[in-house]
Amino acid sequence: MTTEAFDKKGTVEQEDGLQPQMVTVEIEGKPHRVPAGITLIKALWYSGQEVIRGVGCLGGFCGACATYYRTKDDPKVKTCLACSFAVEDGMSFSFMPAFPARKATYDLAKLTDPKQDLFTLYPEAPLCRNCNACTEACPQSIDVREGVWKAVFGDFKAVSEMFMDCVMCGMCAPVCIADIAPNLVALYASRAQGVHFTDKPEGLDKRIQAIEQGRYQADWARVLNMNDEELQQASAKIL
Amino acid sequence: MDLTALHDIVHKSRDARRLQSIQKNTPAERDTLIKKYHPDHREQAYRPIKFGPNAGDQTVRELASILEGESPIPADLPLIPDYSVDVLVVGGGGAGCAAALHAHAEGANVLLATKLRLVDSNSVMAQGGMQIAVAPDDSPVQHFLDTLKGGHMKNDHALLKVMVEEGPTIAKWLIELGVLFDRDADGNLHVKKGGGSSKERLLTCSDYTGLEIMRVLKDEVLNQKIPLLEFAAALELLSDEHGNCTGAVLQDLDNKRLVIVAAKTVILATGGIGRLHIQGFPTSNHYGATGDGLAMAYRMGSPLVQIDTFQYHPSGGIYPEQLLGALVTEGIRSEGGHLVNGKGERFVNELDTRDVVSSSIIRECEEGRGVQVASGRVGVWLDTPLLDAEHGEGTLDKHFPAMVKQYERFNVDIRKDPVLIYPTLHYQNGGVKIDENSESPVKNLFVAGEASGGLHGRNRLMGNSLLDLMVFGKRAGLTAAARAKSDPQGSLSLAHLKDFRAEAKKHGVTDQITSPMVLPAYTRNP
Repeated sequence: MTTEAFDKKGTVEQEDGLQPQMVTVEIEGKPHRVPAGITLIKALWYSGQEVIRGVGCLGGFCGACATYYRTKDDPKVKTCLACSFAVEDGMSFSFMPAFPARKATYDLAKLTDPKQDLFTLYPEAPLCRNCNACTEACPQSIDVREGVWKAVFGDFKAVSEMFMDCVMCGMCAPVCIADIAPNLVALYASRAQGVHFTDKPEGLDKRIQAIEQGRYQADWARVLNMNDEELQQASAKIL
Repeated sequence: MDLTALHDIVHKSRDARRLQSIQKNTPAERDTLIKKYHPDHREQAYRPIKFGPNAGDQTVRELASILEGESPIPADLPLIPDYSVDVLVVGGGGAGCAAALHAHAEGANVLLATKLRLVDSNSVMAQGGMQIAVAPDDSPVQHFLDTLKGGHMKNDHALLKVMVEEGPTIAKWLIELGVLFDRDADGNLHVKKGGGSSKERLLTCSDYTGLEIMRVLKDEVLNQKIPLLEFAAALELLSDEHGNCTGAVLQDLDNKRLVIVAAKTVILATGGIGRLHIQGFPTSNHYGATGDGLAMAYRMGSPLVQIDTFQYHPSGGIYPEQLLGALVTEGIRSEGGHLVNGKGERFVNELDTRDVVSSSIIRECEEGRGVQVASGRVGVWLDTPLLDAEHGEGTLDKHFPAMVKQYERFNVDIRKDPVLIYPTLHYQNGGVKIDENSESPVKNLFVAGEASGGLHGRNRLMGNSLLDLMVFGKRAGLTAAARAKSDPQGSLSLAHLKDFRAEAKKHGVTDQITSPMVLPAYTRNP
């Protein structure tokens, strides 16, 4: 591109590649014609809406674009991340508003019995009634219900592994009839697993000590006194 | 076009390729390749900056316009503070969270403002890992030399020494907060080899390293009850009669009201510029990566360094179209995944530095050995099924769950078929000049993370960004907190803006764009 990429209003050229074929989708209850195959977020931009909330990393990791959608003639409302999901004809979708789930606050290092403390911090956690709505709501296909029970039974390790995929979109919370916010329960359990139930890596402490004791000072002196050419030669030897 | 037929070329050539070893380029070969094919060397994409601290320096046209841009703030804006704090942190990614947590721990009164939500950032997407020299056969000095080599020997030595030496204590801090790094059977940190590195040095949380770190840091910011302003974009900094930084003007994006913050110190952790789509490239960056901090610091008189060089990550998606520009983790290549051209041939050592690999991919595509998809884009294959073939079935599921999911959403099974990639605009190698405490030449203005420059030289090594964020976020937070204890709050003015506008006029620059951009204007206005 040889010219400035945007005009004076600061308009960036849209990433191209929009398909010519058009489909009709319903966004927040209103029908729009948008190009087939684009992501739900691009459909929002295409329909002329200014977007501030509901867009984050655009890579499927931050959970900002949690969205409810339904495909043509299907009664089932499903969930997705709008940045990583394509529109299809007859689809209807709405963004999830910020949901006021309660997050407990805690000082993990000071907890003495984190598996028991779960019931003080999140007393609703053991009240799960097994409806499985959270699992069905998860756009990351995590077995959320199972995770809540694992947390309740103190298997924090399993929780941390199951929820490594969790993007904290929070779509499991509004559907819970016991008012559990499973993602927050899982985050607590995962952090507690790391702080209280995981071995401390010995090699790391040794390396920190070695640095503090000046074990690398001779190497540093040698390297930092090199001129550009010597440095280039030293690093060129690295394979 | 029938992709299945093209897949076959990759499947059929796999066994032969597995026997092949490709040497890394020598320094001379690297230079030739990069000069010929790397986007940093397309002269027509560059122009000199017309005025200000970097007057005459070359940068990409898009960034030059942002730096010379017109502030949306009128010079006579009444500056009655809505908030008065010790430390204002602008940005809610990795550097911002690390800065806020460390400043808060020192007893400073912190306000964290971010234009999206806390943690909506590039940091959260970092998949490849975090380079820290913890392995017995590795050392901080080795990390230093690797990084220097990757950065074409142009890295700031002092900044780099700080980063590699403080890495292990950062790992310890994160572990103490509950971050679950992958471990070896003996409990030690598992390390993987990253592109351009001589030793296994990448700490990982499967391919969710950034997500895991950011989940934990956000939770801790909330636990510590650090005051937070989300959907609040910084538009301008404030200065006193000495030209020191004394606060900022924010805009609440929900109601458009301006918010005046008096701050003894300001930490810009505003990230990079992928969403300016320089040279028309797609980007792997988040929605807010519009270089706001660069423009604001520049107007305050802070020079930028190495802003003529950008990182184009070798593996951006080009098919399916929905994944255009999205990052395909480098981890695939770390674990032995091949890059394969349209003829079924490897063409580069996959673990060479990012600039070399990207240049090689561009060479293959420009010389007609790429693969074209329906959208007209051309790319090369990344042979993902090779990993299961090489390390056993289930390898991709176990080590790359995020990537499996990323493609599964569009009915592409990376366990069975390779994926098509092309370089995507990923990282700004340079940025605002900082010292070892992350302070810019403007007193009380700190810059941490991707917005800062010098550390990475002309090409950042894989895995060094997460470490950069944590180390310099911490240093900025600690230094700012200490400064706030010793120094009084300076007066609030927009004097620097008057000077900047006078400079613009003097140089005949009149029809600027409004800067900072805050969010890219993707909304279609028919």
